[in-house]
Amino acid sequence: MEPLNALVVLANFVLIPATAYGAQLALGALGVTLIYGILRFSNFAHGDTMAFGTMAVILATWGLQSLGVGFGVLPTALLALPVGIAVAAALTLGTDRLVYRFYRGRRAAPVIFVIASLGVMFVYNGLTRFVIGTDDQRFEDGERFIITAREFREMTGLAEGLALRTTQVITIVVAVIVVTALFWFLNRTRTGKSMRAYSDNEDLALLSGIDPERVVVITWLIVAALATVAGTLYGLDKSFKPFTYFQLLLPIFAAAIVGGLGSPLGAIAGGFVIAFAEVTITYPLKRVLGYLMPESLEPDGLVQLLSTDYKFAVSFAILLIVLLFRPTGLFAGKAV
Amino acid sequence: MSQNPYADDRGNKDASITKPGPGPTLHRGAIPAERPETQSAFLIGDQMTGGYGGGADILHDCTIAVDAGEIAVIVGPNGAGKSTAMKAVFGMLDLRKGSVRLDGQDITALSPQDRVKAGMGFVPQNNNIFTSMTVEENLEMGAFIRRDDIRSTMEQVYDLFPILRDKRRQPAGELSGGQRQQVAVGRALMTKPKVLMLDEPTAGVSPIVMDELFDRIIEVSRTGIPILMVEQNARQALNIADKGYVLVQGRNAYTGTGKALMEDDEVRRSFLGG
Repeated sequence: MEPLNALVVLANFVLIPATAYGAQLALGALGVTLIYGILRFSNFAHGDTMAFGTMAVILATWGLQSLGVGFGVLPTALLALPVGIAVAAALTLGTDRLVYRFYRGRRAAPVIFVIASLGVMFVYNGLTRFVIGTDDQRFEDGERFIITAREFREMTGLAEGLALRTTQVITIVVAVIVVTALFWFLNRTRTGKSMRAYSDNEDLALLSGIDPERVVVITWLIVAALATVAGTLYGLDKSFKPFTYFQLLLPIFAAAIVGGLGSPLGAIAGGFVIAFAEVTITYPLKRVLGYLMPESLEPDGLVQLLSTDYKFAVSFAILLIVLLFRPTGLFAGKAV
Repeated sequence: MSQNPYADDRGNKDASITKPGPGPTLHRGAIPAERPETQSAFLIGDQMTGGYGGGADILHDCTIAVDAGEIAVIVGPNGAGKSTAMKAVFGMLDLRKGSVRLDGQDITALSPQDRVKAGMGFVPQNNNIFTSMTVEENLEMGAFIRRDDIRSTMEQVYDLFPILRDKRRQPAGELSGGQRQQVAVGRALMTKPKVLMLDEPTAGVSPIVMDELFDRIIEVSRTGIPILMVEQNARQALNIADKGYVLVQGRNAYTGTGKALMEDDEVRRSFLGG
C-alpha cells in the first residue's frame, strides 16, 4: 500500500493542482503566442487583459446571482463567461483602434509595440482596480468538491486522501474544449488558415488578397476570449486579485517562450512544463518520499526545494535555461 | 558622298541651279526590323521612370510588354533593374512617369493587391511560399480571393506539377528548392490569372532542376497564360522566350524576339558571354 499512498499524496498535492494550473497557463500563453505570431510583438498587457475580462465575468456573475440565476452544481461564472468575453473583446478592439493601429500604419518597429503594450498594461491595471478594487474577490459557487479527501479515504481504505475540486475538473474540461476549438479553427477554416498564412509571410498574404485588418480584428477577438477564459478559470480555482494577474505575466511568458513563441502547440506544452516545475519544486516532498523510501533513508527535512514565495524564480530559471540553450523553444517558434 | 546623281551638284556652284544652305536636318530614324508591338500588348509597362521612395530613379523610360500567349523575358547584367522593372509593372515601385496597362485598361493607380484581383499573378523571388503550411494550404491561400469552387483549378495545378500532388500534405518549407518554386508558381496560378509574372524562378536551383522548371514554365504558357519573367540565366531564358528585353542601367538596351537577341553579336558579346 505504501507506493499507492505515495502516488495519492503526489496526485493530491502535485499532479492535479499542476495540471489545472498548467491548463490555465497554457490558455494564457496561447493568447500571448497568437499576438506574437500575428501582430509580431510581446503583449505585456496580457495579464491585465485577463484581469479585466475576469472582472467583467465577476460583475456579471454577481448580477446573475442577485437575480437568483444559478448553474446548479457548476459555478455561475461559466454562464457569465460570454459577457466577460464580449467586454474584453470590446476592450482589446478599442485599444487596437486607439493605440496599435496607429503604430501599424507607421510600420513601427516591434519594440515600439512592446513599449506601447506596457503603457496599455498600466491603463488596464488602473481600470480594473478602479472598478473592482485591489482586494481578493471570491465568486465561486455551486458544488465545491467532486470527491473530498474523507470520501476518498472511506472509499479506498488508504491512509491518504485525494480531493478533487469541481473547479479543477472544470478547468481541465474547459481548457480541452477551448484548445480543440482553437486548433480546429486555425487548421480547418478558411479564416483560421488565413491567420496562419499572415503569421507565416505577411507580404505573400497581402499578395494572396488576405485583408490584414480583418486578421488583426479576429486575432484580438480570439485573444480576448482566451484571456477571459484563462483568467476566469484561474480565479475560480484560486481567487481573483488584480495584482496576482499582473504577476501571472511571468509564468505565462515563460510558458510561451519555453514552447516557442508563435507556436500554439508550444504554448500548451510550455504551460504544463512551467506549471509542473513550479508546483513540484515548491511542494514539500517529505510525505511522498516517506512512503517510498525505507525507514532508514527517510528524509528529516521537508524536502521542499524552494519556498512557495519564490515560485516565480522557477519560471525565471526555466526561461533563462531555454533562452540560453534553445532560444527558439521546444517547438521551434520564431527566434526570440 | 551620295550615290544619287540627282542629289549631287557635281561641283556646280550656280545658285540658280542648286539652293545653297545646309539642307534638311530633320532626320527620320531608322525603322528597326524587329520591334515590339505595344499597342496590342496584353500587359505593358509603358515608358516607366521611377525608383524606390524619394531615391534616385532606377528605371528610365523603360518599356516592358507581353502579348497574349507569349513568354517575355527580361534579362541583363546584375543591377540592371530587371527585378525593379517587374516590380514597377506590379505596382511596387514609385513611378514618376509612364503607365501600366493590362488588357487595355490603365492599372497604373492600382495597388499590388488590386492588381492581383485584376488578374495578375506574381511570384516573388524570395519568400514566395508559406513555409509552415502544407502544399495544399499554400494553394488554398493562393485562391483566397476566390469564392467559387477551387478544386478544379487545384487539379490543374497538380496536373502541371505532379510532384505537388504527392506532397500535398507536407509543409511546403520541407520541400527542395525546385519543388518550392513549383509551389510558388502553383500558388500564383490558383487565382486563374490572366498573366503570370515570375521573378527569377530558377534562382538558386541546380542546372537539372532549372531545365525542368523551364519545361514547366513552357507548359504553363501552353495553357494560354502570357508569362513575363525575369531571368538570371539569359541564354536558357531567351531560348524559350518569344520576346526578350535586355535592360542596362534601367533602360531598354535591346529588344527583340528571343531568337533575334541570341543571334545579335553585340548582345551575345555583352551579355551571353560570346
